[in-house]
This record gives sequence, C-alpha cells and structure tokens, in this order.
Amino acid sequence: MLAAAAALSAGAFGSVDQDYLHQARQMQALSFAAHIPLVCFGIAFPAIVLFVEWLGQRTGDPLYSVLAKRWSKIMLALFAVGVVTGTILSFELGLLWPNFTATFGSVFGLGFTVEGISFFLEAIFIAIYVYGWGRLAPRAHLLAGVPIVITGFAGSLMVISVNGWMNHPTGFRLEHGRVVDVHPFAALFENKYFWHELVHMYLAAFMVAGFAMASFYAFGWLRGRRERYDRVALVIPLTIAALASPVQIVVGDWAARDVAKTQPVKLAAFEGLGKTEKGAPVHVLGWYDGKEVKYGIRIPKLLSLLAYHHVNAEVKGLDTVPANDRPPVNVVRYAFQTMVGIGTALALLSVFFVGFWLKTRRLPRSSWFYRAILAAGPLSLVALISGWITTEVGRQPWVVYNVMRTSEAVTGASGIPVGYAALALVYLGLSIAVAWILLRLSRVPLQLPGVGTDAAR
Amino acid sequence: MQLADVPLILMLVGLAAYTVLGGADFGAGFWQLWGGSSERDKEIREHAHHAMGPVWETNHVWLIFVLVICWTAYPTAFGSIASTLSVPLFIAGIGIILRGTTYALRSGTATAREQRLIEVAFAASSILTPFALGTVIGGIASGRVPVGNARGDLVRSWVNPTSTFIGVLAVATAAYLAAVYLAADAVRRGRRDLADAYCARALGTGVVAGALALGGLFVVRDDARRIWDGLSGGAGLAAVIVSAAAGTATLALVYRSHFEPARVTAALAVAAIIAGWALAQRPDFLPGLTVEEAAAGHSALVAVIVGVAIGAILLVPSLALLFGLFLRGRFDPYKAEDEPVPGSPRRTIVVRPRLTMLAAGCLAIGAVLTFFFETSWAHIVGISALLAFVGLGFVTLATLVATRETDSQ
Repeated sequence: MLAAAAALSAGAFGSVDQDYLHQARQMQALSFAAHIPLVCFGIAFPAIVLFVEWLGQRTGDPLYSVLAKRWSKIMLALFAVGVVTGTILSFELGLLWPNFTATFGSVFGLGFTVEGISFFLEAIFIAIYVYGWGRLAPRAHLLAGVPIVITGFAGSLMVISVNGWMNHPTGFRLEHGRVVDVHPFAALFENKYFWHELVHMYLAAFMVAGFAMASFYAFGWLRGRRERYDRVALVIPLTIAALASPVQIVVGDWAARDVAKTQPVKLAAFEGLGKTEKGAPVHVLGWYDGKEVKYGIRIPKLLSLLAYHHVNAEVKGLDTVPANDRPPVNVVRYAFQTMVGIGTALALLSVFFVGFWLKTRRLPRSSWFYRAILAAGPLSLVALISGWITTEVGRQPWVVYNVMRTSEAVTGASGIPVGYAALALVYLGLSIAVAWILLRLSRVPLQLPGVGTDAAR
Repeated sequence: MQLADVPLILMLVGLAAYTVLGGADFGAGFWQLWGGSSERDKEIREHAHHAMGPVWETNHVWLIFVLVICWTAYPTAFGSIASTLSVPLFIAGIGIILRGTTYALRSGTATAREQRLIEVAFAASSILTPFALGTVIGGIASGRVPVGNARGDLVRSWVNPTSTFIGVLAVATAAYLAAVYLAADAVRRGRRDLADAYCARALGTGVVAGALALGGLFVVRDDARRIWDGLSGGAGLAAVIVSAAAGTATLALVYRSHFEPARVTAALAVAAIIAGWALAQRPDFLPGLTVEEAAAGHSALVAVIVGVAIGAILLVPSLALLFGLFLRGRFDPYKAEDEPVPGSPRRTIVVRPRLTMLAAGCLAIGAVLTFFFETSWAHIVGISALLAFVGLGFVTLATLVATRETDSQ
C-alpha cells in the first residue's frame, strides 16, 4: 500500500534531474565513514575511562589515575573531531537530500531533536570531566563522567531509531506527496527494526574502540614497551572487546533473522539469492552474476537453517521484486561477507584470550598473539564500515524503504562533484591531522609517581 | 501565538544563544589571527585559546539544535533553504571541520612555528564560518529562497548586499563579543594587563560593529524592503531600539571596566536584533510560505515541543553547572594542573566468585533466549542478559586482569 502511494508522487518537492546522484551518495557515504568510527569512541571510551578511574580510586594505585587522565584527553580530542564530522552529516541531510528532509522531517525529526539534547548533555559533561581533573572532589569527578556514558548510549539510540525507521517506515501516511497522520513516537520507537540495529551497533562500538586501543598498545608491546603501565593499558580495552565480540555473533544472527522477516530482498542481496528457494544454501566468496552466485563455496540449506531455523524453510529471492528495486548485490554481499568473516575471526581471537587468561592467569607470551591484536584494530574498523555498507547499500534504491527512492530525495542543485572533491580533500587532511595528534599525545612523557614504576620513561 | 510559532521561538532562542556563545568562540578565534611573536602577543592569544576550552563544544551544539528543530517542525522550509543555499552552508561546514580540527591539533603542537600555523588556520576558519552563516541569514531575510528543491539562484541567493552585510556583521559581532568576554575572563584570572588589552579591542570592535549595524540598515532598505518596513515601525522598531540601547550601554560598561554586566548587555543587544528580524519578517518564513503553512502537523509539533521541554529539565541545570564552574574560574589554567596524582595507601579489590558466576549465567540465558526463541519478550530478556554479561564480565574480568598485571613486575 505504501509503495503504491509512493509511486504516485515524489515527496514534497517532486522529482528533479540530478546527473550526479551517485556522487551525492558517495559523498554521504564518505562523511558517514569518517564519522562512524568516532561515534564508537564516543560510546565506548567514556565507559572504559570511567572504569579505570574507578579502579584507581578503589585500589589507590596512581597508575590508573594517570592512565584515565591521559585517555580522557584523547577522548576529548576525538569527541571534538566527532562534533564537527557529525555537524557535517546534519548539514548534508539538507544539502544533499532536501526532498527527503522536506517530506519526512516531521516524522523522523523527533529522533534528532532528542539526540541534539543528549549531544548537548554529552558535550557539557565531557567538558566538566576532562577539565575537572584535580579541580573536583574524586567522587564528584567520577560522577560527572556517568552522564557521558548514558548520553553516548541515548544519542546512538536516537540516531539508530531514525535509521531503523528508514529501513522499516511506519507512523505516517502519504497523501499527494505530503505526510499526514504523523505519529513520531510510534514511527521511531514502536519500530521492531531498530532494536537489533541498536544493540548490534552498541556492541560494535566497544569492539572497535577496544580493539583499536589494544592494537596501539600491542604495537608498543612488540616494540618492547611492556611495563606495568603498558600492560594495563593493553588489557583493559582488550577485555571489553573480547567480551563484546562473541556476544556480537549471537546479536548479529538475531539481526539477520529480523532482516529476513522485514526486508527479505536485503537478505537475498546479502546472500546473492537470485530465486526464491526452499532449503536455500549459503555461498562463501564467489560472484553474483545477476542470477546466482558463481565460483562460491556452497553450503547447502544453511541459509534456510540460519534465517528460519529450519533446513527446508523458503527464503525469498531477489526475483520477488522488479530489477530496478534491487540493491547492487555484489557490493552488499561482499560487505556482508567481510563483516561476518572479520567478526568471526575477532570472536575466535577473543575466546582464545579469555580462555587462555582464565586458565593460566597470565598474558600470552607469543608475539603472534600481539600481532593478531595489532591487526584486530584496523580489521574491526573495516568490519564496522562493511556492516554499515551492508545495511545502507542493502536498502537501496530506497532512502525510505519502499516509500521514497534515493533518486527522488536528492538535491536539484548543481556542483555535487565539486563539493565531493572538496570534502574528500578536507577529510584526507582531517585523517592525517587526527593520526598526527594521537601520535603526539601518545609521546607526552608519563608522570608516574612512586618507586618501582616506570617513571623514568 | 499559535502552536506553529512555538518551535520557531525555540529556534530563535537557539540562534541567539549560538550567536552570543558560539559567536564569542568564533571571535576568540578571530583574535588569534593578530599580533606578532612577542611574549605579550603570545599571551594575549593564549588567553583567547584557553578561555573557550571547556565550553566551545557545548556552544557549538546550539547550531545543531537550531537545524534539527527546523527540519522537524518546518521541513519544507528547511529543504528549500538547505538546497538553495547549499554553497554557503557547505562553506560553513568546511569551516567548521577546519575549526574543530585545528582546535584539537593545537594541544599537540611542539614548536612555536607549528603553533602559529595552527592558530592562523584556526583563526581563518573562525572568520569564514560566521561569515558564511551570516550570508545564509541574509539570503533568507532578503527573500531569495523560494520554496522547492534548489529553486533559488545558487549564487545570487547568498552573494548579494544583504548577505554580505550580515556576513560581515556576524564576524564583527563575534570579535566584539569575544573581546568583552575575554576581558571579563582576564579580570577573573587576575590578569589586569590582558583585561586592558581586550578592553581596547572590545571598544574598537564595538564601535565598528555598531557603525556597521547602522550603515547596514540602509543596505537593508534598498535590498530587503520587507525587513526594512518591519524594522522601521511597531515591534520591529522597538527591538532595534533595545538593541541599540544595549549596545551603547555595553560600550559604556566596557569603557568603565565593568566587564561582567557588559557580558549581559552585549548578549541582549544580539538577542534583540534577532528578535527584530523575526518580528520584521513575520508571518512569512520564506516568500509565499508563512510560518503556519511551513509548520509540520500537530502531532509532530507537539512531539518536538514536549521533547525540548523534557530535555530542558535536564539541560538547564547542566548548562548552569558547566557555566557556573567555568565562570567561577574552576577550569582556569594553573600550574598544579599537571602534577602527578599523589599516591594513597594501596588496597586490594576482591572480586567475588559469585559475580563471575552471575556473568556466566547471563551469557547462557541470553544466548539461549536470543537464539532459540522468536517472541519479543524472549528477545528483550535475552538481549538484556547478553548486555549484562558484557558489562558484568568486563568489570570482573578487567579488574582481575588489570590488578594481576599491576601487581606483577
């Protein structure tokens, strides 16, 4: 019914000709890819830093306080960059997709309004926390950090509620391109789709931040930096990532089953399933040629089993919708396989670490373990981006699933390639700058008091 | 006043807050452009940098606040503005990226040359951004944004007399506000010399901004007749008079070195002129689109208003806490800042085995409920249990691992 309504109209502004739709999409994707890793740090870093500060207050060991204070400065620098990349995203909702915002702003806007407020609170308390070291009582300082953890979660809940709505739009009706009967609350929060996205992303944040930080200290370990401070800085983020990774597999499986129910075409694109099939197989690697997956490793009936917990369940194929309603299968499929492959490898590494430690009560001594941790940081980032490609490109050609096409949402303004090129250059500079500042901050000498520590370093 | 006006008022409050608070931060960037390499010039710049440290991110969020309310409550107006004025908005966006990046970078600079380079880039983006945002306001105020997807002229919508005037005025106002605020901050820090330096800057830019505002009225008369008509009579005129009076009072207060009350009057001057603009332009949002017509449906408006009202309950005390600490000088730099934390007697933490068991139980229950059951309640309980496992498991395991590593050499 919704699809029929959409076919009759193209939103508040009607359709425009835009020769550079593809560039507009890439520009949005680039902005997103620049922002999303910073979001992970925004979610996970405060929890990790607070834990370390709490350990310091509980044990009285100054090492933890020094570590927490140092990390909090990096947290603030990354937050500052996240603030500006997030601003760009909010600009682009209007700059690139004015018809999307003009038509549906009133339906999904509530999510961003609440997100704006939670972002406000996050900025306030991150400032109080980072500038409050040594100026607030220890208990008050620890307390000032709690709202950062809560608002980090609340903010991602709001943004993902909007993404969930784009994937599973409800809470409105369309009449002549205008939304009527708008129920923002129902649209955003009574939406089944967004819960799995939220939990999946929340755990991903802890994986990415944890592995990225552990990766840095694993590099130091391989270069011979193995003092108390370095070891603690390695194991704390590693532990949170190692616990989140295996759980992520269970959550990811749940997410895929929900996708099978609500967006069967997207699931078919994940797996390159051309035709509706009973007892559908899974293919690892290979290439989708427009009808089926060629040269892949075929595992019979696995898809039916995974998606519906039944070996002969019917799985809908791409042929259930016309060709121009299908996403680009190979992009989605390879992004999905990359995410699942890396996620599985990280979970195995995690289980090894936790199991090894519980058994021996010490860290592994083999350099290979630290090399694996070193690789886990960048790999977790790749998995994160792949995951978002999976769900966002998998939603194509729709911006609002089965209601508005991305080509209908795009701006009529010219000059997209110029903007794209400019933004790409700026973001290239930005990533170099962030790498530089992180390196500089990491080289500030440690100030550890007491005897028997590595204060001399 | 109708329901459709309420989000607009929230937006104008946000815009005023952004112009005053964000503006003062832009101005602090502006003042880092000037001066040579003498110790005094360096100190003047350092003061500007440090004074905004704890608040600039918070101040920036006002812009996001205005944007999100606009697209939620007046979606067609937002889509029309963002598409027609995409060029200056994009320029502002690039300015914001440069500004945030260079601000973060400054703490990592090691040499004077590096620092100067970063400062100049920061200052340049602090001038570019308010100018570009000012041209956006000018485009809207002079009626150059028609309703529709990029229906207006992509160049002339923001390259025009009103836009240029408001852009320049935005930069001048920012510099002026910053100078007033930095003078007040310098007095609090007990730095009379810095206060004098910024007092002189405040008087200079205050006169410039005032003259610009007056001269600009003639630009508006020729280029944006509707606004001129609104400002030259009735409530619009009253707002102009309030603004002018507050601006003059600020100059007098600054001249007599009463910087704290000058903060308030300077903010009032800015808020009054923003109110004046809105009063002059009403009832139109864009040409041919009144605020009433631009507004979203009843339920969406109520949702936004209720959302902001509930948010305000949390936000107002939090803002008060931050600015209270900030204005009382609790965040001012002092030498003891980087002293190491004094060591206190060591205590050991005992992790109860029961906690570990509980975590393992959560994992088992969570995995089973999430994987084998299809009902929502099973998923709610299952996912909660899985998250509880990660949280509990982290606290117990990380405590065990970390204390083990700190105790062994």
